[in-house]
Amino acid sequence: MMKHESIETNAGLLLVLTMLAISIGGLVEIVPLFYIDETIEKVEGVRPYTPLEQRGRDIYVREGCYTCHSQMVRPFRDEDLRYGHYSLAAESQYDHPFQWGSKRTGPDLARVGGKYSNEWHVQHLVAPRSVVPESIMPNYPWLLENDLAYSDIANRMRALKAVGVPYSLTDDEYQANVEKFGEDVARLLDINNAEANLLAQAQAGNYDGIPGRVTEMEALVAYLQVLGTMVDFSRYDEDYFVQFR
Amino acid sequence: MAHSAVTSTDQYNYEIIKKFAIMAVVWAVLGMGAGVYIASELAWPFLNFDIAEITFGRLRPVHTTLVIFGFGGNALFATSYYVVQRTCQARLYSDALAGFTFWGWNLSLVLGVVGYMAGYSQGREYAEFIWPIDLLIAVTWVVYFWVFVQTLRRRSQPHIYVANWFYLAFILATALLHIFNNLAVPVSLFSLESYSLFSGVQDAMTQWWYGHNAVGFFLTAAFLGMMYYFVPKQAGRPVYSYRLSIIHFWALIFLYMWVGAHHLHWTALPDWTSSLAATFSILLLLPSWGGMINGIMTLSGAWDKLRSDPIMLFLITSLSFYGMSTFEGPMMSLKSVNALSHYTDWTVGHVHSGALGWVAMVSIGSFYHMVPRLWDTKIYSVKLIYVHFFLATIGIVLYITSMWVAGIGQGLMLRAFDEYGNLAYTFVESVTFLHGPYVVRAIGGMFFLTGAVIMAYNFYMTVRAAKREQAAIEAKIAAKMANA
Repeated sequence: MMKHESIETNAGLLLVLTMLAISIGGLVEIVPLFYIDETIEKVEGVRPYTPLEQRGRDIYVREGCYTCHSQMVRPFRDEDLRYGHYSLAAESQYDHPFQWGSKRTGPDLARVGGKYSNEWHVQHLVAPRSVVPESIMPNYPWLLENDLAYSDIANRMRALKAVGVPYSLTDDEYQANVEKFGEDVARLLDINNAEANLLAQAQAGNYDGIPGRVTEMEALVAYLQVLGTMVDFSRYDEDYFVQFR
Repeated sequence: MAHSAVTSTDQYNYEIIKKFAIMAVVWAVLGMGAGVYIASELAWPFLNFDIAEITFGRLRPVHTTLVIFGFGGNALFATSYYVVQRTCQARLYSDALAGFTFWGWNLSLVLGVVGYMAGYSQGREYAEFIWPIDLLIAVTWVVYFWVFVQTLRRRSQPHIYVANWFYLAFILATALLHIFNNLAVPVSLFSLESYSLFSGVQDAMTQWWYGHNAVGFFLTAAFLGMMYYFVPKQAGRPVYSYRLSIIHFWALIFLYMWVGAHHLHWTALPDWTSSLAATFSILLLLPSWGGMINGIMTLSGAWDKLRSDPIMLFLITSLSFYGMSTFEGPMMSLKSVNALSHYTDWTVGHVHSGALGWVAMVSIGSFYHMVPRLWDTKIYSVKLIYVHFFLATIGIVLYITSMWVAGIGQGLMLRAFDEYGNLAYTFVESVTFLHGPYVVRAIGGMFFLTGAVIMAYNFYMTVRAAKREQAAIEAKIAAKMANA
């Protein structure tokens, strides 16, 4: 052996060489993803979550939904038939953290938005076996009992803004959002009106079926209903997405 | 502490190892208990009892955290402190700092799992700890690194023994992975919640770079360190090949860091990344089997020990499972196989053939070797070690085979078409199919858990007897002193 002895008799050298050996893989595979343009598809329609949807997403994370549900449709015929168009990287670009999941004890949820009514979701979340008798999902009755905590919504959006989600604080940022997403969406992304926007969406949507109350169920259903609905796939032909893969 | 072990307690710090060893066993029982419970929830969902704190989604990270970081982590602290002292023939660097690693680590675990049940989770697999705990872990880990390296520097041998290379690589890699995967911005200074620095595809890649190397370094490299000390020691023979240990060490630590993206085949991750990961996953078979061969062949010339020594049974069986799961892993990283296996219980089964078969069994074998020596006594019952071995092995076999059936079965059902080209099964039909395998899996887990409880009992009786012996000796000495 070519003098491995010199490494194993020198703790400092062993440390440095080990550090070198374990750093390369991550550098090569992770860093380029931030710089290669094609990593995220250029596609219209993907926007940050509204305050209410984001709170729903927080609850999704809190309950560990990702331990049983993926949010990543793969490009296979069976998945296309079962769930819809395969997921794009662009569709989770505002997801902090990503919730692609790794296990489907239940079905994929990347495109669950709009597939079922709000009433169905509420019923299903409170008592899954009342609508799907074979289901093994836990009941989530407390989602309907707990009022949604939303007093810190502006802080949450500020934190998300700090990690790169284009919520707006200043006029300039608001105008940039108007250009990028249109005025209706830009208004929802304005941190200064976060609480009012959250309440307005809850009132208009009445996702939990209880007028006048904003429950955790309200937020979670609002989130589920937007999943996978932002991109209008009828506007793109398949060849377009292939160039990014 | 004044008895025959005077010299060894002076020479080595065994007290800290005892603490870690005890906690490893405690967490093993609790973590495996949580595992059996959530496995049962999947078979019989009424067990969720409409109690938020014990629903599957919240308990699953409790299980993974307690078995990986509780049982595995404490076992690694214990054995690394044991091995580094004995192979360097030097006392651990600082009793106070070593004590800090014990409290820092175990406090993190307690806070973490209570937090998950209360609904505080980062939503990253195997990295669910919220940001304040992440900080505590980071500090603890830096202190661990410092204690370990300073102890290495105190060695009275010129050479650093191979087991310590693996422990060192594990400590370095875990620090690197932990820090980069947990970068996040808190909602506010006093909020327990945070949002990850990265999003979507980059976040996914970072997480699985972390996730698979939690397997590669936390659950493999470090346990190879364990293997390199305890297998030769228990066999009473030197390591089979010094050259092989050098080659497979460097190859293993270099290659592992590339393979995480095989968890993201066919996703929105670019193809170049996942193809690279698949390629390196296949290459990884070589150093993995290098380690297995080096471990198993260490027994050459002493195979008869398998008949007479139940500790050897644990150690050699663990290496066999290591070989099997490191073959299965590269196979599952092939894109065509992964298309079927991903998202199914096949992955869960694969993880457990590694985690129960390799990680747990090599730890258990090492503990049966180490615990009596720490307390300077004999094991309470060798027969119970045999009982434990057979319960554990039966448990693993039930677990893995049921998950093969579940995973491959569900994978095939979900991609089946009828004669008109429609999907042959709805999703929930595949869930119905899973009930049988889920019941068998829960029973398998119960076998393994029962084994762990028997081990805990065996250790309890061993330590109790050791303390009585010691008390008796002390009483004798005191009596003699009084007479003199």
